[in-house]
Amino acid sequence: MKILTPNSIPEALRMLKDGSPDARPIAGATDLLVHWPDQRTSHAGPFVDLSRIDALRGHRWTEDELVLGALTTYWDIITDPRANDELPILPRAARTVGAVQIQTRGTWAGNIANASPAADGVPALMALDAEVETAGENDTARVPLDAFYLGYKQLNMQPGWIITAIHVPRRRCDFSSFIKVGTRNAQAITKVGAAVTHSDAGWRVVANSMAPTVRRCRALEDALDRGISIASPDALIPLLEQDLAPIDDIRSTAAYRMNVLARVLFHELAPVCPFIGTTSGRNAP
Amino acid sequence: MAASTRIEGIDKLAGRERYIDDLDIPGCWWGMTKRSPVPRGTIREIRFGPGVDWSEFVVVDHRDIPGPNQVRLIELDQPVLASEYVRHVHEPVVLIAHPSRAMCRRAIREIEIIVDPEPAALDFRVPPAPEQIQHGPDNVLSHLTITKGDAERALRDAPHIIEGVYETGAQEHVYLETQGMAAWEEDGTIVVKGSMQCPYYVLNALTHALARDEKHVRVVQAPTGGGFGGKEDFPSVIALHAALLALKAGRPVKIIYDRAEDMACTTKRHPALVRHRTGVDSDGRLLAQQIEMTIDGGAYVTLSPVVLSRGIIHAGGPYACDNVSIVGRAVFTNAVPFGAFRGFGAPQSQFAGERHMDRIARTLGIDPAELRRRNLIRDGQTTSTSQTINDGTDRVAVLDTAIRLADAEKNQQEDRAFNASHPYLRRGTGIACIYHGGGFTGSGEVHLASRLHVAALPDGRVEVRTATTEIGQGMLTIFTDIAADRLGLDRSRVTIADADTARVPNSGPTVASRTAMVVGKLVEDACDDLRRTLGLDPVARGGAVTDAIDNWYRTHPDREPVGRAQYRQPPGIHWDDETYRGDAYGTFAWAAYAARVEVDLRTFQTRVLGFQTVQEIGKVLNETLARGQIAGGVVQAIGWALLEECVWRDGAMANAQLTNYIIPTAADVPPIGVHFLENPYPHGARGAKGIGELPMDGPAPAIANAVADALGVEPDTIPLTPERLMELMTHARA
Repeated sequence: MKILTPNSIPEALRMLKDGSPDARPIAGATDLLVHWPDQRTSHAGPFVDLSRIDALRGHRWTEDELVLGALTTYWDIITDPRANDELPILPRAARTVGAVQIQTRGTWAGNIANASPAADGVPALMALDAEVETAGENDTARVPLDAFYLGYKQLNMQPGWIITAIHVPRRRCDFSSFIKVGTRNAQAITKVGAAVTHSDAGWRVVANSMAPTVRRCRALEDALDRGISIASPDALIPLLEQDLAPIDDIRSTAAYRMNVLARVLFHELAPVCPFIGTTSGRNAP
Repeated sequence: MAASTRIEGIDKLAGRERYIDDLDIPGCWWGMTKRSPVPRGTIREIRFGPGVDWSEFVVVDHRDIPGPNQVRLIELDQPVLASEYVRHVHEPVVLIAHPSRAMCRRAIREIEIIVDPEPAALDFRVPPAPEQIQHGPDNVLSHLTITKGDAERALRDAPHIIEGVYETGAQEHVYLETQGMAAWEEDGTIVVKGSMQCPYYVLNALTHALARDEKHVRVVQAPTGGGFGGKEDFPSVIALHAALLALKAGRPVKIIYDRAEDMACTTKRHPALVRHRTGVDSDGRLLAQQIEMTIDGGAYVTLSPVVLSRGIIHAGGPYACDNVSIVGRAVFTNAVPFGAFRGFGAPQSQFAGERHMDRIARTLGIDPAELRRRNLIRDGQTTSTSQTINDGTDRVAVLDTAIRLADAEKNQQEDRAFNASHPYLRRGTGIACIYHGGGFTGSGEVHLASRLHVAALPDGRVEVRTATTEIGQGMLTIFTDIAADRLGLDRSRVTIADADTARVPNSGPTVASRTAMVVGKLVEDACDDLRRTLGLDPVARGGAVTDAIDNWYRTHPDREPVGRAQYRQPPGIHWDDETYRGDAYGTFAWAAYAARVEVDLRTFQTRVLGFQTVQEIGKVLNETLARGQIAGGVVQAIGWALLEECVWRDGAMANAQLTNYIIPTAADVPPIGVHFLENPYPHGARGAKGIGELPMDGPAPAIANAVADALGVEPDTIPLTPERLMELMTHARA
């Protein structure tokens, strides 16, 4: 196994180019070690360890954005009082990732790049309309996170490029909710997940573990924006099915995922949306 | 008496304990196993890929086995290494060794086992198709029956007949330390050291397949990070593999399974299917019990017949019933073999029995606790094997104490109001009454004839020599305290010898909740014998003992005084293996458990809010350890009841990773109340009965009964995962 340790972004990009197509950028490496030592293909390497690159370190608050450098960890956000105050959905999501050991190593950018459909950081960021900044040897780009996935584990990014930052608009949400239905109460992979926000920009409903990628539920967002009445959890399912396509796998079933997402969303939304639920207020579970 | 501190506790906490993986053995190579890719078939060819310099490796196959190619246990059906035929996925075929573990990993992938596949039997619940039959007419490997009275006739006459079908899943042990073994030759003796519960089982397997006498085989237990039964039978397999590689390599070889290999390739709890047909009168009194229990044995016999035996003996529950018919079957399939796991068949059969009691109660409209009170065995009544219970324990009081401590009646009132008003949470309470026989079944302990020595050392200490092993349960502490108490010595003057077959006699296996009760009693007996050897009177203690040891070595400097004990059956015990009738166990421990749960109807997740246990275990020897055993067992059983699902593909575990095989974390466990009642058993050490397995029996049915109480559905299959509960509720609604 070969690990390269660049000190700058250009050096990292050069190493990735020299090592292509097997070279792989790593930061916290927490997703990699899960498969150690079995999945040899994921360890072909070389690994380009970005963790020494100062330009990728830290997060900062600008007038209208929270900018997460690519090395920003979950823990950095959990412990930032301003994040807890202004964008509480981010620390809430971060706390559900693994345990403290993972939270202090795992990065938001790594969560995006690893492209797991079950990623917990991604839906929270997507529900805040975050954008991904990427860099190659001669150019940079900025892509909305909800346009960053082209398919299962397929990124809207040039080969050999890296994520350098994540830009989160400092937009006030009057409602935000992070939902994680895991395989157990801690140290769990998400079976059904969602991040929901409401702001001047309208409703955002983002689901994880419900499709080949983390995905916005645009049909539901649209129904919420228009205030269409939804009487029961089951009535949410046709809306969700327009954007999501859960599967049966070793963790759960497609039927469970769809049913549970509908139920959880319904009971999150009913108290804040007068058009959701029965007129009697006595709702089906 | 205050609980004494655990002998090896600080070393384990501080990371100083040296497990087999930690031991640096000079010149040691790594061993690795190549396994069958298919569940059943004939091996056509074994290909060694060109990408590896095989001259650097030692390669072992079935032709390298000096003796019979058999893993000696109950039967001799399991090969050490498959020769022509494979019967399950992951069956060991070829072994390799190399100085580098990474090279082993790379090379093992370059070996290809080509098998002509044959139709595999993969579902033990349905009769095999003709092309799936591999044993007898129906793949049944063990068939046992218990008969008392006339269940058929009593069922014909019964005013109510209640039926139910119950299913329990496999369970992985998830001991903290994976299986590991090292072997080397030393002056013509093969030495095997590793993680294990039963050194003499390993010794017997080695003498047989290596065709050596006991003098030329030595087995040493290394500090062992948990077993739960998983290190009862399986260590013989990995020990044989390490020994074969070491013999061929002419140097030490160590095999350490990583977690994925351990989960995929080693034994698990037997899946079970249990049918109940019960006749009751209008007051809920049991008139007849007809029970059929089927367990999946997997591809080889391992311990399945005895798991089945304990399963059916406990199937009727701690209740009096005059007419009982129990039929048990263990079935061969082409799954990875199942083996010993804490509870040994009794958790499976008692899950069914205690769920069924609730179904009877609900059908008749009787309170589940009241139904149990009416039927719990009273002194003078008999179990299903016609064993008369006469121990003075008030089993109704055990149940009522649990109900009182759990505040069950008040909770149930509150929960009814809560359930009527909450949009999606539902709460409920469930109980279970269980019993667990201590020690080997029937005449098992007589056949074992366990032995134990207590020697006096020249420095004035006494040494307990036993093949019973410390596997996390606290045996070192318990035996130290028993010996110290018996001889009136400070515990610093007692030491426990390493479990090394060259130094300790065969005290039987470390299984079956027998350590404190059966072998602990041998510690007392051997201490008494040591007194006799030293010429002391039977009540001599403390200074009298140490003085006698000093005097002994002054007069016999070359001869060590040794107290010897051998198991003697307590008087009045009779068991008939032919009819399966009589005293199945010397004694039973009794318990009642109460669970309170909350089900989230959005997610179908079940959370255990509270758990209360009350158990009568004879005598608590060390309260801290005893509470740990109970709480740990409850947690393990919560996992089995709610979370731990083996996902099967071709009879092997598809989710052999801790990210996808879900065991409970601290966040998944409620506060667990542990309350002991004591009624000393005259033939156990200081009055102790078995405790280790008891807490595995009760939590699953108590939790499932609580879910039934909360939702009004009948959860008859575990693990009761959210997915399974959703299915059940969808069907209940339809």
